[in-house]
This record gives sequence, structure tokens and C-alpha cells, in this order.
Amino acid sequence: MSEQGLTCHEVIEVLTDYLEDALPANERRRVEEHLANCDGCTAYLETLRETIRLTGMLTEEQIPGEQKEQLLEAFRDWTRPGSSR
Amino acid sequence: MSDTGVLASQEDLAFVERLRAGDEVAFMMLVEEHQATMLRIARMYVSSRAVAEEVVQEAWLGVVKGIARFEGRSSLRTWIYRIVTNIAKTKGAAEGRSLPFSSLAGKDEPNPGIDPAWFQDAEGLAPGGWKTLPANWRGIPEDRLLGNETLQRIGRAIETLPPVQAEVIRLRDVLGWSSDEVCNALDLSETNQRVLLHRARTRVRRELDDYLRTGSEGR
Repeated sequence: MSEQGLTCHEVIEVLTDYLEDALPANERRRVEEHLANCDGCTAYLETLRETIRLTGMLTEEQIPGEQKEQLLEAFRDWTRPGSSR
Repeated sequence: MSDTGVLASQEDLAFVERLRAGDEVAFMMLVEEHQATMLRIARMYVSSRAVAEEVVQEAWLGVVKGIARFEGRSSLRTWIYRIVTNIAKTKGAAEGRSLPFSSLAGKDEPNPGIDPAWFQDAEGLAPGGWKTLPANWRGIPEDRLLGNETLQRIGRAIETLPPVQAEVIRLRDVLGWSSDEVCNALDLSETNQRVLLHRARTRVRRELDDYLRTGSEGR
């Protein structure tokens, strides 16, 4: 990338690296400079953060009870004293 | 993959003691927490759901048998997923299945979560700059943002992602794992993990943006 400012497209493509703190210091500075002067990229970053927050509200599916029973049986077998397994 | 540098917490060590003592409640808590994720990860390496279930069963056996030797040099979770991934890879290789990460082959291609048409081309006043500024979602009420329909949209968007991308965003953003833990469980480099996470997040954001900005007209 050139020493000029980053374009909006370039900034948007490195936002995950930015949020993960994975950018080299000089590139991080260029992203921050761009964001400070760009309403569009700032709005996009805001919606990306919001996406992460909302994704965090999802819950995982539950496990069928039958499968749990099987595993519990197995655990008892495995941990029974004197078990040869 | 090497140890992630994170040692087992006091909580992990106390939990391991309960497992060693044959505590069934502790074991079931572990199963509740990890079974679904273990199945999905195993499924990425093997040919069918049935084989993935075998892998997970075998992994639990490995956990129970190995717990006596757990030394706390990684978190309990990291240790468990290393077992799952190793077994799944071995099974997958025996089945002659190639690794699921061929989806990474396309990582230098354009990211479908970001449309180049949003930006001005070389003829524009500011090439690479926005054509139309994206909207933020500030005006949208919290109960709509957190409504079932929005969450279902997110869930569906994740399901349609390539499998490894879907798994990365689930582990990172739904379950809150660290990037180290995800790299370990999925056997990914840090860089590839971030590429996949970025693609997944931008795709989900795009879906959400389409949905949130259509208001309720679409129903």
C-alpha cells in the first residue's frame, strides 16, 4: 500500500485485523487516521461491532437427552474402580 | 499446533479434580458445554454425521482416560479440543478425505461480504471511497435489534457460510473463545483464522444490514 492515506475499501477490509489488534503499529495508525476523518467507515465499523454484539446473543442448540444418557453410562463404566479400560 | 501459552486456570484444575474423582455432574456439565461443538468440528474432517459421533465418543473416552495425566499446561478446553481434532483428522485421513480447509484456497479472492460496487472506481473523484455512505443502525430500537427475528437472521446467515467460516464465527462470536483456542481446535494459523473471521463477520453484517434497513416491509 502507498504512503498516502488508505482508501475506504482498504480500511473496511482490515477492520477485523484492527479489532483483533493484529495490525502493525504504522498501519494501525493509518486506519485510525482514516477513521477519524471518515463518517462512512466509522458508521461501517459501528455496524460491524454491533454485528459482533448481536451474534453473541445467539445460543447453542441443546443436546438430545438420549445421547447424554449414553455418555453418562459410558462415564460410569470408564471411571468404575477396577475397570480394566 | 503448539501450546497456546494459556495455562489451566484454578477453576480448570478444580474441575479436573472432580472429573478424576468420578463426579458425574461435572462430567455432564462438560458434555453439555462441548458436545455440539465437538460434533460440528469432527464433522468437518469426516464423511458423515455417524462417523463424527464415533469421533466424539472416542474423544470423550480419551478425555476420561487421559484426565489423570492432565498437567494444566494448557486450558482444559484447549486440551479437550486437541484430542477431538487429532482423532477426527486421523479418521478423516483413514477415510481418504482431504482436509476441510480447501475453502482457504480462495482467500485471495474478493470477500463476498464486501461489495466492490459500494466503492468508487478508478474514474471516481475518490477511487476506493464510498459511493454512498453506509448507514449506522442507531435509529433502530433495541427490541428490534435483539428480537427473535434478527437473531434468526444471524443464525441463518451463519448456516449458509462455508463450514470453516461458520465454525470460526460460532466459536469466536457466539461462544466467546479466544483466537488462540480457535486456532488450536481448528488447526488454523492466526492469519487464516482472522481471514475466515473477517469474511464471516462481514457476510453476517451484510445480511443484517439488508434486513434491518428494510424495516418490517418485507413481512
